Amino acid sequence: MLAQQQIDPSTPTMGQNQQMSIHLENNLKVKVSDVAVYYGDKQALFGIDLDIYKNQVTALIGPSGCGKSTFLRCINRMNDTIESCRVTGSIEIDGVNISDRSVDVVELRSRIGIVFQKANPFPKSIYDNVSYGPRIHGLAKDRQHLDHIVESSLERAGLWKEVSDRLDEPGTGLSGGQQQRLCIARTIAVGPDVILMDEPCSALDPIATAKIEELMDELRQNFTIIIVTHSMQQAARVSQKTAFFHLGKLVECGETEQIFTNPQDSRTQDYITGRIG
Amino acid sequence: MNTIFIILALVAFSIPAIVSYRWRHSIRLVANPKVELFVRVLLILSSLIAVITTVGIVLSLLFESIRFFNLVSPLEFLTSTVWSPQTALRGDQVGGSGVFGSLPLLAGTMLISAIAMTVAVPVGLFAAIYLAEYATPRFRNWAKPALEILAGVPTVVYGFFAALTVAPILRETGTVLGLDIASESALAAGSVMGIMIIPFVSSLSDDVIRAVPRSLRDASLGLGATQSETIRQVVLPAALPGIVSAVLLAASRAIGETMIVVMAAGLAAKLTANPLEAVTTVTVQIVTLLVGDQEFDSAKTLAAFALGLLLFCVTLTLNFIAFKVVQRYREQYD
Amino acid sequence: MTDTIDTSLSIPKNTSEIVHQGLKKRYAAEKRFRRYGVVAVCVALLGLVVLFSSILTKGYTAFYQTNIQLDITFDESVIDPKGTRKTKDLSSADYAALLKKAMRTQFPEVKTRRDKKKLYNLVSSTAVFALRAKTMADPSIIGQTHSLWLTASDDVDMLIKGHIPRELPENERRISNKEISWVDQLIEAGSLEKQFNRQFFSAGDSREPEAAGIKGAIIGSFYTLLVTLLLTFPTSVAAAIYLEEFAPKNRWTAMIEVNINNLAAVPSIVFGLLGLAIFLNVMHLPRSAPIVGGLVLALMTLPTIIIASRAALKSVPPSIRAAALGLGATRMQTVFHHVLPLAMPGIMTGTIIGMAQALGETAPLLMIGMVAFIVDVPGGPTDPSTVLPVQIFLWADAPERAFVERTSAAILVLLGFLVSMNALAIFLRKKFERHW
Repeated sequence: MLAQQQIDPSTPTMGQNQQMSIHLENNLKVKVSDVAVYYGDKQALFGIDLDIYKNQVTALIGPSGCGKSTFLRCINRMNDTIESCRVTGSIEIDGVNISDRSVDVVELRSRIGIVFQKANPFPKSIYDNVSYGPRIHGLAKDRQHLDHIVESSLERAGLWKEVSDRLDEPGTGLSGGQQQRLCIARTIAVGPDVILMDEPCSALDPIATAKIEELMDELRQNFTIIIVTHSMQQAARVSQKTAFFHLGKLVECGETEQIFTNPQDSRTQDYITGRIG
Repeated sequence: MNTIFIILALVAFSIPAIVSYRWRHSIRLVANPKVELFVRVLLILSSLIAVITTVGIVLSLLFESIRFFNLVSPLEFLTSTVWSPQTALRGDQVGGSGVFGSLPLLAGTMLISAIAMTVAVPVGLFAAIYLAEYATPRFRNWAKPALEILAGVPTVVYGFFAALTVAPILRETGTVLGLDIASESALAAGSVMGIMIIPFVSSLSDDVIRAVPRSLRDASLGLGATQSETIRQVVLPAALPGIVSAVLLAASRAIGETMIVVMAAGLAAKLTANPLEAVTTVTVQIVTLLVGDQEFDSAKTLAAFALGLLLFCVTLTLNFIAFKVVQRYREQYD
Repeated sequence: MTDTIDTSLSIPKNTSEIVHQGLKKRYAAEKRFRRYGVVAVCVALLGLVVLFSSILTKGYTAFYQTNIQLDITFDESVIDPKGTRKTKDLSSADYAALLKKAMRTQFPEVKTRRDKKKLYNLVSSTAVFALRAKTMADPSIIGQTHSLWLTASDDVDMLIKGHIPRELPENERRISNKEISWVDQLIEAGSLEKQFNRQFFSAGDSREPEAAGIKGAIIGSFYTLLVTLLLTFPTSVAAAIYLEEFAPKNRWTAMIEVNINNLAAVPSIVFGLLGLAIFLNVMHLPRSAPIVGGLVLALMTLPTIIIASRAALKSVPPSIRAAALGLGATRMQTVFHHVLPLAMPGIMTGTIIGMAQALGETAPLLMIGMVAFIVDVPGGPTDPSTVLPVQIFLWADAPERAFVERTSAAILVLLGFLVSMNALAIFLRKKFERHW
C-alpha cells in the first residue's frame, strides 16, 4: 500500500519512496478521499485524497489561504458550524465515513479533539476548563475520578507542575503558552483518538513553542496528531508525515524527510526554498 | 405670543438652508477666531444642559421633599405601613394630617414589577438566546425588529390594553376557576408591563450573547458539546454580566413605569403579596396626588415630590449598578 | 505525587462508548432547550399580535359614524324672528327647535312627552351646533328646507355597530325597543347610514362621544413636538459635537457622560415633577400649554438624541478629519464642513426616533396639567391644549361605551404617526447608509 501519495493529476508519478512497512496499513486512522469544500459558490478545496496513520504527527503545510485549516476542520466536522460551508467527498475514520447518517457529530468530536490557533480557554477556572469535556460527556464515575482525569490531562499536557496549586484560578490568567497547553489538556481530558491542531504555536514565543513541540512528540505515543503549521521548520521538527497544500489542492504528501529533502513537485520545491508563500 | 413663536420657528428652520447655501456658494471659507470661540462656548454650554437638568431634578425634588418632611416625619414616611393622604384635605378634623407611610406603595410597586419581570426575563432571555444562536438570519432579521416594536408602543396604549382587554379576561377566567380576581389586579398591570419590557431584556441580552467570542463556542463544540450545552455552560456564563445589567435596566424601567399602572392598577394602598388583588404604586400615587387642583403647601401635594425623590433614588441606583456591571464586562472583552 | 496516578486508568479509554450511551438524553435536552427559545419568541410575538389586533378590532369602527338624514326647515320665525341677521341673534337662536320639528314630521305617530324626548335623543345633542354653524356660514339658508345628514346619538351609533346587542333584554340595554323600532324605520327609509367619520378628525374633545374628535389633540401634539424639536435638536447636536470632537478626556467630561446615560434612564414622570416644580411654580409659565410640555419633553429626549448623534459622529472615519486638518483647516472648520454633514443622516434618524418617543409620552404631561378638558383646537404653543396620548388616557377613563372605540381609533392614529416616523427613520438610514 501507499503511505504517501501524489495527488496532483498533472504529475502522476507514484512508486517512489515506497518504504512503508506492512503494518502501517493496519494503522491507517483517517482516510480522506476526494474531499471538496465550498463556501457558498466559492470552492476552497479541490479533490483532496490523504491517508493519516496512527501514532504519527502529520503536518499540513502551505501558504496562507491554501485551505489547510479548512481541511483540518473537516475532520471533526467543525465546518458544520459555518452556515454557508458545504463539504463533499468522504472522510473515513477507522473505516467509518464521518458524514454518514449513523455518525453523530457530538460523538465524533469526542473522538477527534481540536486545538485552535489562538488559545481559547473558557473564562472559568483551570479545573473547570479541563473538566468541562468529561462533564458534558458524563465520563467521570465520581468526583475523585474527575479529579484524576483533570490531573492526568494536565500532567500529559505538561502543565500540572505549573498549575497544581492554583486550579481554582481563571484559565484566562495564564500566559499564552500555558493557555495553549491548557487547551491541549482540555482536549486530552475527553480521551480522543485524534487531536487536530490548527497552528497551535502561531501566537507563541519560541520557548513556549518548543514546549508544545516537545509535548506533541510525547502525545503521539497515544494519539494521532494532525497539525496545521505555517512554519516549515516546525513541520520538519515535529512531524513524520507532511502534506503540502497549495491553492486549495493537495500538491504532495509523504515522509517529512523526503518532502523537505527531495520534493517531487516543483511547487513544493518552490515553497520550501521560499519562492512562493 | 403665538405669532412670535411661529416667526421664531420659521427662522430656526431656515438657518440650515442659509448655512448650506453659503457653504455651497461662497468662495472664501476663512476661519474667524472670534466666531470659533463663540461657537465653542455654545457647544460647551449645550453639553452642560444635561448636567443642569440633572441638578434641576435633584434640587426640585429635594427642595419640595424637605418641605414635606417639615410637615411629616421622614421616619413615618419610610416605616409606616399606612398610606392615606386623602385625609389631609380635611384639615379641621382631629388628627386630620393624613398618614404618609410609603411602605405599601413600595410593596405594590415591587409586586407589580416582580410580576412584570417574571414575564419579561424568561421570555426576553430565551428569545434572545434563540435569535442569537439558533434562528436563521432571515427569521432574525424580521423577528428582532418586530420584538423591538413592543418597546416603541406608547405606554398609554399598554395601559388601555391592560385595563380594557387583559383585566376583564383575567376577571372572567378567575370567575370560571372560582378565583376572585380584582378588576384592577396587580396581575393584569404586571403582565402587560412584562410584555412591554421584553425587548429591554432581549435586545441587550442578544447584543451581549453575540459579543461572546466565536472562539469560545468553537472550543466547546470542538470538545463535542451540543449547542445547548455550549450555550448554557459557556456562552451564558460569559455573557452573564451583560444579561444582569439588562435585567437591572428592565427592572428600573418597570419601577418607573407610570401609565400602565395609572390606568390598570388600583388606587387604594394595600400591603399584600397576592397578585390577584388590587395594589397601588409609587407612580400611581404621584399622579393622583398631583393631577387636578393643587395647593402647594399641603402635605398631600408635597408628598408626591417625596415619592418622586424615592423613585429617582431607586432607579438611579439600579441604573448605576447596571452601568458599572456592563462597563466591567466591556473591559473583559476589549 | 503525580507518579502515583495511573494515567491509562484516569483518562477514559472507552470515551466513544460512554458518549454514545448518553447521546439520547443529551439530544432530548437540546431539543427541549431549543423549544423554550421558540416558545419565548412566539409568546413575545403573540403579545404584539394580540395587542395590535385587539386595538384594531375595537377601534376601526370609529372611523365610521352613524348619521341620520332629516329634512330641516330653517324657519325664520324660529331662528331670526326680528329679521336682523345679526351674528348675535343667529348664534343664540333655538336650533334645537328646528331639529325637534323635523323629527316630529318624520315620526308623526309619536305623541307623548316622554316618547318625544326619547325620539329627539336619537340625534346627537351636538347636532344643533352643526345647524348653527351652517346658518351662520350662510344666512341666506333661512327660510329654505334642506335635507341634512346629522350625527346620531352614541346609543344609536353603538346599536348600529352591534356594540349594543339587540338580543339583550330591554332593561339591560341603554336603548329601548321603541327607539330601536324608530331606528329601523329610519334605516328602511334610507335615512340612517354609517358614513365616514369626518368629525373625528375635524373636531376637538367633547363630552359627547359621537362629537368628540382628535384634531385638538393632534394640533396640541404638533405644537408640543415643534417646541421640543426646536429646543432639543440644536442643543443635543451641539452637545454631541463638543463631547465627541472637542472635549478633553478627563474626569469632568466622564462625569457629563455618566450623567447623560443616567438621564436617559430616569423615569419619565420625574421629568414631569421637574416641569411642575420649575417651569410652573418657579417660572410661572402657563399651565396645560404645549410650550411647557415641549420644554419637558425636550429635556427628556435630550439624552436620546445626544447618544444617537455621538454614535453618528463616531462612525465618520478619522481619515476624513485627518484630510481636512492636513489641508490646514481648523478643528471647528473640519467638524462643520466635513464631519457634521457626513454624520447628518445618522443624527436625523436619531432625532426622529427621539421625537417618536416624545410623541408617545404621557406621564410627564399629566404633571404639568395637560390633562384638562379642552374643546377648542389650540392656536399656538401658549394656548391650553392636550396631546394625543393624553387624549387617549382621558377617553380611556370615560364611562360611555362609545368612547372605547374612539380611544382605540385615537390609538390607531397615534400608532399610525409613530409607524410613519419610524419608517422615515429607517428609510433615511437605508438611503444614506455608508460603508467606509
